[in-house]
Amino acid sequence: MPPVITAEHLTIRFGNFTAVDNVSFTVDRGEVFGFLGPNGSGKTTIIKALCGLLKPSSGTGSILGMDIRKESTAIKQHVGYMSQKFGLYEDLTVVENLDFYGGVYGLDGATLDRRKKEVVELTSLQPYLDRRSGRLSGGWKQRLALACAIIHSPEVVFLDEPTAGIDPVARRALWDLLFRLSGEGVTFFVTTHYMDEAERCGRVGYIYLSKLIALGTVDELKQLPAANPAGTERMELECPNASAALVVVRNLSYVREATIFGRAIHLLVDQSAGHDRLLRDLSPCGCGEASIRSVRPSLEDVFVTLTRQEAAATR
Amino acid sequence: MTLAKRRGNPFSGAWPVCRKEFTHISRDPATLFFALFLPIMQLLLFGFAIDTNIRQIPTIVLDEARTQESARLLDMFANSDAFHMNTVAQSDGDLRKAIVSGKAKAGIKIPADFSRRLQNGQQATVLLLIDGSDSTVTSYAVNVSNGILLQESLRRLAGGAAGAMPIEVRHTVLFNPSTRSANFFVPGMIAIVLQAMIIMLVAFSIVREREKGTLEQLALTPVKPLGLMVGKMTPYGLLGFLELCTILTLMRVVFRVPIQGSLILLLLFSLPFLLTILGVGLLISTKAKTQTEAFQMAMGTLLPSVFLSGYMFLIENMPLVFRWISHVMPATYFIAILRGIILRGAGIGDLWLDALVLLGMGTAAILLAALQFVRSGAQ
Repeated sequence: MPPVITAEHLTIRFGNFTAVDNVSFTVDRGEVFGFLGPNGSGKTTIIKALCGLLKPSSGTGSILGMDIRKESTAIKQHVGYMSQKFGLYEDLTVVENLDFYGGVYGLDGATLDRRKKEVVELTSLQPYLDRRSGRLSGGWKQRLALACAIIHSPEVVFLDEPTAGIDPVARRALWDLLFRLSGEGVTFFVTTHYMDEAERCGRVGYIYLSKLIALGTVDELKQLPAANPAGTERMELECPNASAALVVVRNLSYVREATIFGRAIHLLVDQSAGHDRLLRDLSPCGCGEASIRSVRPSLEDVFVTLTRQEAAATR
Repeated sequence: MTLAKRRGNPFSGAWPVCRKEFTHISRDPATLFFALFLPIMQLLLFGFAIDTNIRQIPTIVLDEARTQESARLLDMFANSDAFHMNTVAQSDGDLRKAIVSGKAKAGIKIPADFSRRLQNGQQATVLLLIDGSDSTVTSYAVNVSNGILLQESLRRLAGGAAGAMPIEVRHTVLFNPSTRSANFFVPGMIAIVLQAMIIMLVAFSIVREREKGTLEQLALTPVKPLGLMVGKMTPYGLLGFLELCTILTLMRVVFRVPIQGSLILLLLFSLPFLLTILGVGLLISTKAKTQTEAFQMAMGTLLPSVFLSGYMFLIENMPLVFRWISHVMPATYFIAILRGIILRGAGIGDLWLDALVLLGMGTAAILLAALQFVRSGAQ
């Protein structure tokens, strides 16, 4: 089966600034593809290009086999989009928002009624139909935004930071909805800053300074050689006074990265140093009780390590 | 796939956007109230005249006497600075036509028997026709012409002429015999009020969507730039037309300004003006990032329209640069149409050019806005 989304050497320049630099990837049908990267790294630009809103400076891409350079009108009919801002009309009621977006996609009469019923059922918006969308809580707004984005039964849905500023329960509810739809064959392209959300995705791409620097399943990324540089070891250090210990370890020459996770410190250290040397160096600050164990990198570790390497390489 | 199919309907989304816009309007009665009734309040409060110094009133001359005496008198008019004698009429018909069409605001007629009567010691008469649709012009023209003829009469009397008053001037104020300032101001005000209201409403409705992020959302739907524009222009165009009818009714009922010309023509010729200001509103919305910016830009178009369109001050009196500016402002042409039809009973023959200029401006503004929308991907 051909991929639903493809990007081939996609490059987008605004004047002298290259917003997207030679990015290639594919997303298969029914996949939930996570797209991560710092703000301004080009995530939204890629979405706009894939929807045919921006012409690529070079390279190409396709959605459901349609060329993003030539068939944006047809693509828009098959694609749903939901942004962080939700795109809702706050002075219109829930049902009026659905009517509007349905109308925009050319739905009317019985088709529109059927689709409204389906998305309302899916998102449990029934009790709020006549409420102005501006008076909904963040979580319900988000559900309405999703309902509007899928009112025309798109095969592909782009979600641009859909859960920014939403409480954890509502976030989980949204992800449950996404997986239900992906089970029905809808393909999702989701950008996020949340690592737990990234971990839910089947595959993840990481973009930094306009370049796609990592692509694969979460497990593949954690095993990337670049994320686990040769001669280094990741450890978790547990000690009574983690914040004091952090100051000390950051000044040690063989410690490359150190950050606090709850009551522990995650470290990337030169393998040559060893656990004992670390314990010895920590003893003066009263962290003699510390325990150390080797760990696999978390997804955040992977991205931080990759970002630092990339930043060092471009500098 | 054909090209048309691939491009899709260029007006896609117009109907849903239009319907939604009506819901927005109905949801926000405060805005609707201010948009519709504030101008009316303004109009009702505008019960006073603003007097200005008048110079160089465009004047048409019909000299049937063609004598030394008549030429002398006309020179005096010309030298007074109040009259600018730019046209010569061949008949009474010419005289009246020039004033109806707005080409001249005053007409001087010296009858054929002017010199003969003077020589015979009889009282000679000069006729002064004045366009009363401009109250400031009227009173000034009357005063100045009285002064000139008094001066000439005294000179003749001093030179030994017989009789009481050798020359008499008969004023005929056309179109606005009572020289009521309401007649002058109210028709002009319609243009100003409509412009202020429509430009602001259209620009705000789009800039608000940009601020809220819904415009970004729409760009990713099949809504096309032209569909968005038509969907936005239709409701506000209708509101503008409704406001126009309301003000015309008020003008007729409250201010008792009669409409001398054809009401149908007036409504018809107001369409190109509505088109133009809708286009200007759209154009502003493509430039403004925030509602504050849109407001400033709308005010930027309004102030020159108040002062330079002929609404308050006579265009002919303005320095050259301001006269140029007045000629690129839509309000100038619409005020000419309004005053022409309402006060002077002008017809298509007199005003078609003004309507055509507005149509051209409107088309240009809308095409320019469409171009901007397409270029920016409706964002």
